[in-house]
Amino acid sequence: MGNTNGNPDVRLMKGNEALAEAALRAGMKAYFGYPITPQSEVLEYLTAHGPEHPEVVILQAESEVAAINMIYGASGAGARVMITSSSPGISLMMEGISYMASAQLPALIVNVQRGGPGLGTIQPSQGDYFQAVKGGGHGDYRLIVLAPASVQEMVDHVFEGFRLSEKYRNPAMILADGALGQMMEKVVLPPAGSLAPPDFAWATSGKSSTRDRNVVTSLFIQPERMEQINLALQAKYRTIEEAEVRCESIGMDDADVALVAFGLTSRICQKTMELARAKGIKVGLIRPITLFPFPYTVVRSYVDRVEAFLTVEMNAGQMVEDVRLAVEGNRPVHFTGRMGGMIPTPEEILAKVETIVHQPAKA
Amino acid sequence: MENTFIPVGMEVVYKKPQTLTDTPMHYCPGCGHGVIHKILMEVIDEMGIQSETIGVAPVGCSVFAYDYMNVDMQEAAHGRASAVATGVKRVRPDKFVYSYQGDGDLAAIGTGETIHTVNRGENILMLFVNNGIYGMTGGQMAPTSLLGMKTSTSPFGREASTMGYPLKITELVAQLPGAYYVTRQSVHTTANVRKLKKAIEASFRYQKEKKGTCFIEVVSNCPSGWKMTPIEANEWLEKNMFPYYPLGDLKAPK
Ligand SMILES: Cc1ncc(C[n+]2csc(CCOP(=O)(O)OP(=O)(O)O)c2C)c(N)n1
Ligand code: SF4
Ligand SMILES: [Mg+2]
Repeated sequence: MGNTNGNPDVRLMKGNEALAEAALRAGMKAYFGYPITPQSEVLEYLTAHGPEHPEVVILQAESEVAAINMIYGASGAGARVMITSSSPGISLMMEGISYMASAQLPALIVNVQRGGPGLGTIQPSQGDYFQAVKGGGHGDYRLIVLAPASVQEMVDHVFEGFRLSEKYRNPAMILADGALGQMMEKVVLPPAGSLAPPDFAWATSGKSSTRDRNVVTSLFIQPERMEQINLALQAKYRTIEEAEVRCESIGMDDADVALVAFGLTSRICQKTMELARAKGIKVGLIRPITLFPFPYTVVRSYVDRVEAFLTVEMNAGQMVEDVRLAVEGNRPVHFTGRMGGMIPTPEEILAKVETIVHQPAKA
Repeated sequence: MENTFIPVGMEVVYKKPQTLTDTPMHYCPGCGHGVIHKILMEVIDEMGIQSETIGVAPVGCSVFAYDYMNVDMQEAAHGRASAVATGVKRVRPDKFVYSYQGDGDLAAIGTGETIHTVNRGENILMLFVNNGIYGMTGGQMAPTSLLGMKTSTSPFGREASTMGYPLKITELVAQLPGAYYVTRQSVHTTANVRKLKKAIEASFRYQKEKKGTCFIEVVSNCPSGWKMTPIEANEWLEKNMFPYYPLGDLKAPK
């Protein structure tokens, strides 16, 4: 799509559409979806552009339950696969995601979060942090979780998500929100073909006479064996924790207060930083880009340099628990946030900063 | 291992299909699952499609099918076999894909997937083993349990006013334009086994021709869940199951 004559392919695009286009360029081979606001543009974009990509399977499933199991089948058969939804739909996928984590199937799962709980609202939220980062489905498993903060990262994380999930044979999730999905920004689209197609020896591709049958399963009925599988999964998660942490620090060199925020709220916090610094309050920002693995060591590295941490989220306080784990009680960790689809303003966050700055530290 | 020793003057009249592994089956004595596995693998052997076939078996007594069936296989969540098979078939359209599902799986928790898979006319074989009960979990009522049937969750017998009627999902499926071949078979006699074999062969042929979904119900037994000997179970099957679930084609190409 689009001959750019060697120039970067720069567009103005909606987050959801940019993500869909990125998936096509990243060599996605199958997509199964189901309409839900605020992510339906992904399915709409893909079905509209499907005819240009006859090699890509694009199917509207009858439910998110069916869709995640189609993803399971297609991934097990060796295809690069993506599925997208928003909060209630992601909840429906939890059994399938747990199966995929256990069967060690790569896939890119995108949650364009909306306000909950329940049917909630269609406005942006970060209320599914626990679900994405701590498990969500049953059993001890982890997803690799990437948190984009711009339409450009909606694109970049598609490539990164496919790459990581295939490298570790583990489902990866992009944890976006309704604002990132809906807003338009300038993006540079990477060229198609830059991500080598996967070639999985374990996939169910038809048993040739030269190999044993391949089995994709999450069933290991002997507890001794199931424990071994769990130990192997945990070892994999520890490797991911060591190798794949991504985090951005802005203005942290001289900061007295560290804001900690991911995704959309990190953008708002950057504005708060400007407002605070104009008033002479030295505020910095730690922005986790991977939520699993969480950048505990990065956060911990600032414990001796700041007076306090302020975590900002569009939920009741979820990531703040990980910040507290990192800080280990050595500094106050505050929280401010909005819920139910409401977005905090830079001024609200600044007001919170002003209540905590230069307070005597109480651990 | 193939036994190649044949005593002088003897000939081989019965062989285990080589696509069936040597793993001892865990099925109860007299259970239909083992026979159905064997016939399915025999067809795959005879058609020479072992390397081109991918199977999907969900939760149910046959969840370990991949221990016995020597083809590439995926285990699926309860009810989701036809969605998983859809995913496999869509990205491997030139392979033969089948799902092997129980009645609880296909006609209760997976009803949505069943209807929509067939309605899309996915080019797969859905093999549906109806034993009128939840075998694996210990004999609870299934959507297909007959009226009056006593199970561990209908201890006084299934009663329509509160538990609904036995679901003829195969009749439902046959109505869908995506279904190409819909038939109901059994394995309680050798003559019936031969008929099932023909139906499976035809289904794989149609699949190669991309005709749409082929759906084979096998009305089977569950001696353990029914609390009967294998012989009693097969007699009960003929007397009670067949009148409600009559054998034969529900939809067959002219
Ligand atoms: C989500 C979920 N719910 C319930 C179960 C428990 N379960 C396992 S098998 C089964 C019923 C199987 O019955 P059927 O499909 O008829 O197969 P059969 O064992 O009779 O061959 C149930 C309820 C499960 N594994 N997963
Ligand atoms: S419980 Fe029933 S269906 Fe399961 S193996 Fe035993 S007889 Fe067969
Ligand atoms: Mg059953």
